[in-house]
Amino acid sequence: MATPKPTQAALRDPAWLPRLAWIVLGLVLLWPLLQATEFRPWVLLQPDNLRVSAHFLGSFMPPVVEAEFLVMVARETWRTVAIATAGMALALLLAVPLALASTRVLSISALSGRMARAPFWLRQLLRWLLILLRSVPELVWALLFVRVVGLGPTAGVLAIALTYAGMLGKVYAEILESGDTHASQTLLRNGSSRLQAFFYALLPGNAGELSSYTVYRWECAIRSSVVLGFVGAGGLGQQLIVSMRMFEGGEVATMLIVFVLLVALADRVSAALRRAIA
Amino acid sequence: MMPPIERSFAVPAAQRATRLRVALWLLALAALVAASFLTLDLQWRAFASAQALQAMARFVGEFFPLYTDADFLLRVAQGAWETFAMSALGTLLAAVLGLLLALPASRMHPSDPARARAPTRLLLNVLRSIPDLVWAALLLISAGLGPFAGTLALALHTTGVLGRLFAEAIENAPPGPGDALRAQGIGKARVFAWAALPQVLPQLLSYTLYRWEINIRAAAVLGIVGAGGLGQLLVFHMGLFHMDKTATILAAMLALVALVDTLSYGLRRRLG
Repeated sequence: MATPKPTQAALRDPAWLPRLAWIVLGLVLLWPLLQATEFRPWVLLQPDNLRVSAHFLGSFMPPVVEAEFLVMVARETWRTVAIATAGMALALLLAVPLALASTRVLSISALSGRMARAPFWLRQLLRWLLILLRSVPELVWALLFVRVVGLGPTAGVLAIALTYAGMLGKVYAEILESGDTHASQTLLRNGSSRLQAFFYALLPGNAGELSSYTVYRWECAIRSSVVLGFVGAGGLGQQLIVSMRMFEGGEVATMLIVFVLLVALADRVSAALRRAIA
Repeated sequence: MMPPIERSFAVPAAQRATRLRVALWLLALAALVAASFLTLDLQWRAFASAQALQAMARFVGEFFPLYTDADFLLRVAQGAWETFAMSALGTLLAAVLGLLLALPASRMHPSDPARARAPTRLLLNVLRSIPDLVWAALLLISAGLGPFAGTLALALHTTGVLGRLFAEAIENAPPGPGDALRAQGIGKARVFAWAALPQVLPQLLSYTLYRWEINIRAAAVLGIVGAGGLGQLLVFHMGLFHMDKTATILAAMLALVALVDTLSYGLRRRLG
């Protein structure tokens, strides 16, 4: 006996009407977005644009490998790493005290019920400060500091320091609050100071997670320090944008390759460090 | 006869080795930090000078009150809408492209040869490791100034990120339903559409929404290299030292980011 063939009706998608309705609604919503972004892909294919793009892309090959240029790229690459590292170091100096002062677990008044009003508002105020620090994009901080201290790595270091202080401070406080707080509470109840409770209870319990997050952020800082160069804050990004403006495709190609390698290297180092910590 | 008591206080050998390793790492880190500060020609003196501090104080003072002329607010609103559209469309394009690239980048079942897996993943890695701002600066040359270049830049970078995440999600999906369909002799495309996709779709959507939150932040600053939206307004007015207008634009950026975060958070909670 042959198995009965399913009829056409059984094969039809039972949910076709709602699916179609969602697709139509999506297309209707898409239209204003296409308008607002001046989404005209055919612009890319206009003969004038095509010639310029082809010429620029063509000049990528071969990448520039002159000794003098490579030395400059190596120096700027180090500066990029150095800006990220110095920025992170300053960010830590700012973030650690802010995190300790804003975290709930080190509150003595909260040991017995609700936190008292004054420490509550002090912590809330510091939290808002952290939010402000990290919500202004680092590129905007850099633009501001370039206006104050002039072109160069100082603006980049300060921009990373402020934005990353905001991120690190918030996440450190959260890590301390999410871990086991029994040991620190016991110490606080028995009259130890907040710093003692931190060093002997919270830090040993959370050191792995705290340092692993810091290493991950350092990797992110390297990536953003390249981009900060675009607004004149030094490093590889600054040279990259100069070469782009001069349509020096070969130089752009070399620097992009170096940049991709740098990101891959930071990724590897960061992963290895985090494994070693865990 | 009691053993000598101080022996029991000695640090065990294994722990001593760990301490040594940690100390070496810390030393290396300290050296890196010191080298960074020493080799950068940081101008702390210029930064801490009376003149710079005055300039800083003047900037911050001029931020307030915010500039709220009706014409200008309209332009800021337009910029905010442009930024919003760039981030939404860029993320959408990236989700579609990312899914298309995730298919060849994933091994659907253990005996799948997946020959395209390695090259597709390499492509995704390259797309991902070039930041959106660098893509934007490159694309300005062929797409011209304006939001179109910014949208494409976001789409390219995010395609790399989402493609990789989507491929991981597809590979980690429970294999049962797919195996059942394959055993019936059903073709690849239909196995994906009816077995793998329904299982991973909530995860893919949640990744996409999460990237949208990141992209609204990116879209706000893409204009700094000339790719449209609020950033372009910001860099223009900051260049002319219109600090009150700059402050208004910054406030609009923060409000827009908060709005998208709330929207995305709500949508993600509804997804479960």
